[in-house]
Amino acid sequence: MSLKHKDLTGIASLTADEIMHILETADSFKEVTGREIKKVPALRGKTVVNLFFEPSTRTRTSFELAAKRLSADVINFSPSNSSVVKGETLLDTARNIEAMQADIIVLRHSSAGAAETLARGVKSSVINAGDGWHEHPTQALLDLFTLREKKLELTGLNVAIVGDVAHSRVARSNIYALTKLGANVRVVGPPTMMPACVERLGVKVHYDLDQGLRDVDVIMMLRLQLERQGRALFSTIREYSRLYGLTPERLKLAKPNALVMHPGPINRGVEIAPEIADGFSSVILDQVTNGVAVRMAVLYLLSGGNG
Amino acid sequence: MTILIQGGHVIDPGQLNGVADVLIENGKVVGVGSQLMAKATGKTDAIHVIDARNKLVLPGFVDLHVHLREPGFEYKETIKSGTAAAAAGGFTSVCCMPNTHPVNDSQAITEFILEQARIAGNACVFPVGAITKGSEGKELAEIGDLRRAGCVAISDDGQPVMNSMVMRRAMEYALAFDVPVIDHCEDLHLSEGGCMNEGIVSTQLGLQGVPAAAEDVMVSRNLALAELTGGRLHLAHLSTVGSVRMVREAKARGIRVTAEACPHHFTLTEEAVRGFNTLAKMNPPLRTWDDVQAIKEGLRDGTIDVIATDHAPHAGQEKQQEFAAAPNGIVGLETAFPLTLALVDEGVLTLEAAVEKLTTAPAKAFSLSKGSLAVGADADVAIVDLHETWEIDPSRFRSKSRNTPFAGWKVKGRVRTTLLGGRIVYQVED
Repeated sequence: MSLKHKDLTGIASLTADEIMHILETADSFKEVTGREIKKVPALRGKTVVNLFFEPSTRTRTSFELAAKRLSADVINFSPSNSSVVKGETLLDTARNIEAMQADIIVLRHSSAGAAETLARGVKSSVINAGDGWHEHPTQALLDLFTLREKKLELTGLNVAIVGDVAHSRVARSNIYALTKLGANVRVVGPPTMMPACVERLGVKVHYDLDQGLRDVDVIMMLRLQLERQGRALFSTIREYSRLYGLTPERLKLAKPNALVMHPGPINRGVEIAPEIADGFSSVILDQVTNGVAVRMAVLYLLSGGNG
Repeated sequence: MTILIQGGHVIDPGQLNGVADVLIENGKVVGVGSQLMAKATGKTDAIHVIDARNKLVLPGFVDLHVHLREPGFEYKETIKSGTAAAAAGGFTSVCCMPNTHPVNDSQAITEFILEQARIAGNACVFPVGAITKGSEGKELAEIGDLRRAGCVAISDDGQPVMNSMVMRRAMEYALAFDVPVIDHCEDLHLSEGGCMNEGIVSTQLGLQGVPAAAEDVMVSRNLALAELTGGRLHLAHLSTVGSVRMVREAKARGIRVTAEACPHHFTLTEEAVRGFNTLAKMNPPLRTWDDVQAIKEGLRDGTIDVIATDHAPHAGQEKQQEFAAAPNGIVGLETAFPLTLALVDEGVLTLEAAVEKLTTAPAKAFSLSKGSLAVGADADVAIVDLHETWEIDPSRFRSKSRNTPFAGWKVKGRVRTTLLGGRIVYQVED
């Protein structure tokens, strides 16, 4: 079965079966990344362009590595060294890239909907590597992959997503993905960081972290965007950390074997205590490792491969 | 030149609603009644007869809210193209907002607009002057001069007047010239960064929302200032339940306020934004089903006096940007009539009330001697087919811009002929 989409712009448009299919395809690529020679010829002769309008180290590197391990040619394009600074529109930039026979464009952009806008305008496949606060589908997929690896069964899993949900594409993609697969999702954070009508996404809302952590199997911490201080979303980093920071004491409120996740980069000592980030509950680095396998699966399936 | 519009169903709100002929001489209505042919044949010059049987004959529509973009943004629209669009939509009078470049905050710009409109000859243009210099919200513009040059109202449209003291003074100062003060009600702190209605759709799309409260707090402030000053207040493009409720209450207490609603705000909801559709991006944003119902109820009970288009042309490449970067607004002149008629089919308005919201009511709000077919009135007429169904095709618009979310819609009710001062300025091409 191949993926019947030209693009991957979000989790919202995928079915539960399609999500599972991507994860199962990633299983075999995970095996590849464990070999001595971490390369397969699946995308030989294909061109993947990383078009990143926002700074990103981990996601861009992960996509680059994934494409290279599939033997694709990879080009990195970022606004600082392209014609974007000359005022070219996103669509024109992408059409130029397409004219160079790019098969897949991986787009990171600060504006929600940029990937969908682009996907409508070009024939190349578009993978959303994060668009504004909208979606970051491969992050959710690698999170699911990691959970599945650790816990096996996603249905009925209790997951708390903690932090600035309103401004988080990671939160949105994970809410869509987890609820589609039958997990029970709760979001925890100050009311100022909850988007309007968030409960209509099928989640429970907690403003108190201690309550929100009770009996959860998984805790997904979101990164606090420190630059948002002064925009009346929270008072001080000190108070935020006291109210919503994950500490060893608070972790005890969750189920005994609860896992702690974080999309990175982490603010040590702000949303997550260092001993948790480095502790046995943390799967933060597994997430990074699995990101490559999941992105290989997405690249492979979108270029017509059968998983 | 004598024109006889024969056999149509004339609706001149409050005056006449029935089959009648309309006789026009020298650009004025000289007779409305039955069998006017006999009266007309007494004349020596040629008579042009327009057969209006099975058609409605209406006063030319009056739009209190359009953006003609000239001077400064001629790539979006010119006074010529915008008034051609007006004529195609049955509008013979349009009030153009001052957010041009430069802003219409001076007699010179007002005179330029009027001159371009006269040269184009497609519709009467009534400029709206700025409230403050450069619409910066700080110092009052020369409102007396603007009024004398031909401005019929003042507004900093596109922007609210955020400073409540400046708004108070503007409303007081305007009293001297009996000129309505229009406000675009939006608290810029509450709306900062927002690009659609705040709600479930903005949450799902990850777009920053503008809460209904951003409009409501400014409507509330403006009503309080109207009460304080006794000034004439006109509220542009109402979009929320709260706005309608507050205006209704204010009117009941005798505050001098008029209000308008736009076809898109009673036709579409925020759902239209899904897929990051920039053609559904406007300010105020498309709201919820409840808001749409409130706007309709406001139109029905008279809380909202006027239907105005907020015709806002933008070039294709501007709307093809990422959602947050794309400009607000849609063209409206060529789609307003059928969208208004839909309210009649739904039972929200009677046909006569719908016509009133497009003609006599807007004329009254800004004290324009337009919107009527009474003897002596300017012969501005829209002849429409109430039953004709057609498909909205933006490629056939007279406007320079095509930014409409209604492309491909099958609609009912079509403007067939538009007369301006007794001259045919538009006729539908079959």
